[in-house]
Amino acid sequence: MQYISNTDNDKKVMLEAIGVSSFEDLVAKVPKSLRNFELRLPKGKSELELLSEMVEIGRENINFHDYASYLGAGNYDHFVPTVVNALAHRGEFITSYTPYQGEASQGTLQSIYEFQSLICELTAMDYSNASMYDGASGLAEAALLALRSTGRKKIVVPVTIHPEYRTVVKTYTSCLDVEIVEIPMAADGVLDFEILKKSIDENTAAVLVQHPNFFGLLEDVRAIGEEAHKAGALFIACVNPISLGILEPPGEYGADIAVGEGQPLGNPTAFGGPHFGFFTVKEDFLRKMPGRIAGMTVDKVGRRSFVLTLQAREQHIRREKATSNICTNHSLCALKGAIYLSLLGKEGLKKLALLNLKNAHQTYDALLKLKGVREFSRRPFFNEFVLHLEKDAGNLKASLEANKILGPLALNAFYPKQAGAYLFAVTENRTPSDQQRLLEAISAS
Amino acid sequence: MSTPLALNRITDLLMNDSKAKVLSKNETRSRTPLIFERHSRNHAEWLPALEGHEETYLKSIPQDFLRKKEANLPSVSELEVVRHFTGLSQKNFSVDVNFYPLGSCTMKYNPKCLDAIASLSSFSLIHPYQEESLAQGALKILFEMQEYLSEITGMDEFTLQPAAGAHGELCGLLIAGAYHRARGSKKTKVLIPDSAHGTNPATAALCGYEVVTVKSNAKGLVDFDDLKSKLDSGVACLMMTNPNTLGLFEEDILEIAKAVHAVDGLVYYDGANMNALLGICRPGDMGFDIVHMNLHKTFAVPHGSGGPGSGPVGVKKHLIPFLPSPRVLKQKEKFLFEKQAPQSIGKLRSFYGNFGAIIRSYAYIKALGKEGLRAVSENAIINANYLRVRLKKMYDVPYDGICMHEFVMAATRQKKKGVRALDIAKRLLDYGVHAPTVYFPLIVEEAMMVEPTETESKETLDEFVQILEKIEKEIEQDPAIVLEAPHTTPVGRMDEVLAARQPNLRFKNS
Repeated sequence: MQYISNTDNDKKVMLEAIGVSSFEDLVAKVPKSLRNFELRLPKGKSELELLSEMVEIGRENINFHDYASYLGAGNYDHFVPTVVNALAHRGEFITSYTPYQGEASQGTLQSIYEFQSLICELTAMDYSNASMYDGASGLAEAALLALRSTGRKKIVVPVTIHPEYRTVVKTYTSCLDVEIVEIPMAADGVLDFEILKKSIDENTAAVLVQHPNFFGLLEDVRAIGEEAHKAGALFIACVNPISLGILEPPGEYGADIAVGEGQPLGNPTAFGGPHFGFFTVKEDFLRKMPGRIAGMTVDKVGRRSFVLTLQAREQHIRREKATSNICTNHSLCALKGAIYLSLLGKEGLKKLALLNLKNAHQTYDALLKLKGVREFSRRPFFNEFVLHLEKDAGNLKASLEANKILGPLALNAFYPKQAGAYLFAVTENRTPSDQQRLLEAISAS
Repeated sequence: MSTPLALNRITDLLMNDSKAKVLSKNETRSRTPLIFERHSRNHAEWLPALEGHEETYLKSIPQDFLRKKEANLPSVSELEVVRHFTGLSQKNFSVDVNFYPLGSCTMKYNPKCLDAIASLSSFSLIHPYQEESLAQGALKILFEMQEYLSEITGMDEFTLQPAAGAHGELCGLLIAGAYHRARGSKKTKVLIPDSAHGTNPATAALCGYEVVTVKSNAKGLVDFDDLKSKLDSGVACLMMTNPNTLGLFEEDILEIAKAVHAVDGLVYYDGANMNALLGICRPGDMGFDIVHMNLHKTFAVPHGSGGPGSGPVGVKKHLIPFLPSPRVLKQKEKFLFEKQAPQSIGKLRSFYGNFGAIIRSYAYIKALGKEGLRAVSENAIINANYLRVRLKKMYDVPYDGICMHEFVMAATRQKKKGVRALDIAKRLLDYGVHAPTVYFPLIVEEAMMVEPTETESKETLDEFVQILEKIEKEIEQDPAIVLEAPHTTPVGRMDEVLAARQPNLRFKNS
């Protein structure tokens, strides 16, 4: 299949107009030695053949329609209303470029402005950018902002933050003169507050926290923030957006920067991406924010309009002096987030959070009654929790598969000491019959 | 194939030759209320009803942790949401509607079947942590995509993790840094041509390197003498785009790569312009050690109003141990994630990459096959040269000569008549054509960078020339219509100074 509009005759006429006799004349400046090869790739396919082959490859994947998913850890099986994709997949959104030409991109620019407004409302923060690649890279960029802003060299990172997010922070700072101080986990699954206190000093640029944390547990955010601020460090919170339907938003417990994974807001899990990260700050840090920002202004006859603004922070203007090298955002994923939040509304947001809270707690209570299931922590949680399963890992896996259950996630992959501990996520999509199958699978193993 | 739209716009304008009339016609569609300004009721009925006892579970959470003030989200019906965002979409230019010759961005047609494939539940409703045995299809796609890209670029191994071109650059420079550190070499500098994309120096700075700029010569290519004078043992890497941002093939590339290698430096390939090279030549054969691809440019991932894209990074053998983790491997006909990578730079984002974008490119490569890929670049190069030759009667082309998939012309003659590249760009919008990239690369005054892509027809290119000819006449006869353009878009030129001085970045209720 080729998507070329020109006919052979068109090409002939064009080559004549250019004044060359063949295509080869156009690439004569490419050294001959480089042109002597043939791609070892299969022949092309028609759309008919392509679709049937892709459907076949897809059969090798189990999806959420086949099995009930209790997997979370950053990506969740939430319901996405039909309207989200019907709107976001319109050609005018999906096939347009970054809105550099403002007059030709008012749709994108206004939707980014609305996205920023919605995210600010959700997080109770002052300002939001147009989005980041994902939650993890957003957290790393937040750490970089803190380093730039304070001129300090230390980042405090509790191990209760998603292990992949911690790796990303490390990777982003690996070429810089930065010390990462890890805070261990206390016995009840949250960060060890006493060690945290001792680890913050006058060289600490930021204290990072995930809330709810990787194990689904609520961290003592207010106290952690106070400790950070006492030392003049920034307090960076990484939050689950759906949890903010019932949990206090980061803007109200003192976060200077709040970031998070936007996937739960209207984006499919899609094997881990693409999604978007949201990135919000308090007023003081606005001009240090990475990424694109849309603002409202007027056109020459005074009509309300929207532009990309504060671009003096960005790479295409500032080159090596930019606040980040980020060029794109994840606009289409953020647009899905904006449409999703608009469909939810304030009542819907709380309702959704309550449905998650209820489902997770009902499943938790039911699981704890089973033989061989032990508590991991008594700390409060939202829609994710950890339990110890005193089961043979192989049997458990087989039993879950036989009952068409995806998950839970074995923690020992990330925390070798936590063998036998499993992370469950329970969203509004899980039904009582899913729960029944989960209980049977675990009992039978 | 014809694109009557642009011509219809001309007719429209001719019929409405009073500017005021055009303005008033558009006045009505210029203002879409903010979603927050729309009012109706919404009960989020797409969610199941609460049973009434849900709030009891709130008791498990201490009061201090609960939200006290509701988020002030809009309350609108589903229909209002549909009308709102449909209305907004209609205010965008897009490839599906408009010719979009935006240089350096490769705004080609993105086949619709790729959207359908990415949306299949077997690809969209799968979790990154499900057992490898339950995700063999996804792993197969990732593995084969690593192989396809290695073959197309002439590299030895690929990571698909980076989310965008700039993210790929970050990945590449971190790999370069890890490689030099592992060898105990102290490297502090990154060389970057003055014609490079802004992300190159921004990335180098993010990785803690000093940026040293290399000049372009009179032909618009990297000045080899200037480059040699700046090469020493402190150079970690040279970042290059080839063809460069002027659309010219860097003909000295083999010597350049050799010289950088001679001081133990690496050569980095910014793949923004790979649409020129598919099946023609390969960066790996030119001596590049690290490359990034922009799947959203070359491999038909739609740009999505500014992402998500995907920026896979390929390396030569000596750099494989430093690739981000995990890579996808194939063992005994099974696909699996690599379990250990002690020298890896780590991770650049959670999970494995923008799978939903990667799958589109994977299917695109399969659809096109080797002949189709070469046809992409052949047609992209023919289209660009055809436009260049036709337009150089009207515009200066400062580094003239055969170009690859794009070229840079300059509105210098027009500037003497008081009209700048920006004005022409804005006037093009009135004719239903998206503007070329303007004022980039920085080394060309009044630059207009034109990239027609392979999917456009000769007919569309001819229409584009006609439109520019018409604008040329306007510059002679009625420059005000160009200087005040655009007239037909939902809004006219905007007050960017006001936007930056008094930032209004969010809706506030009070």
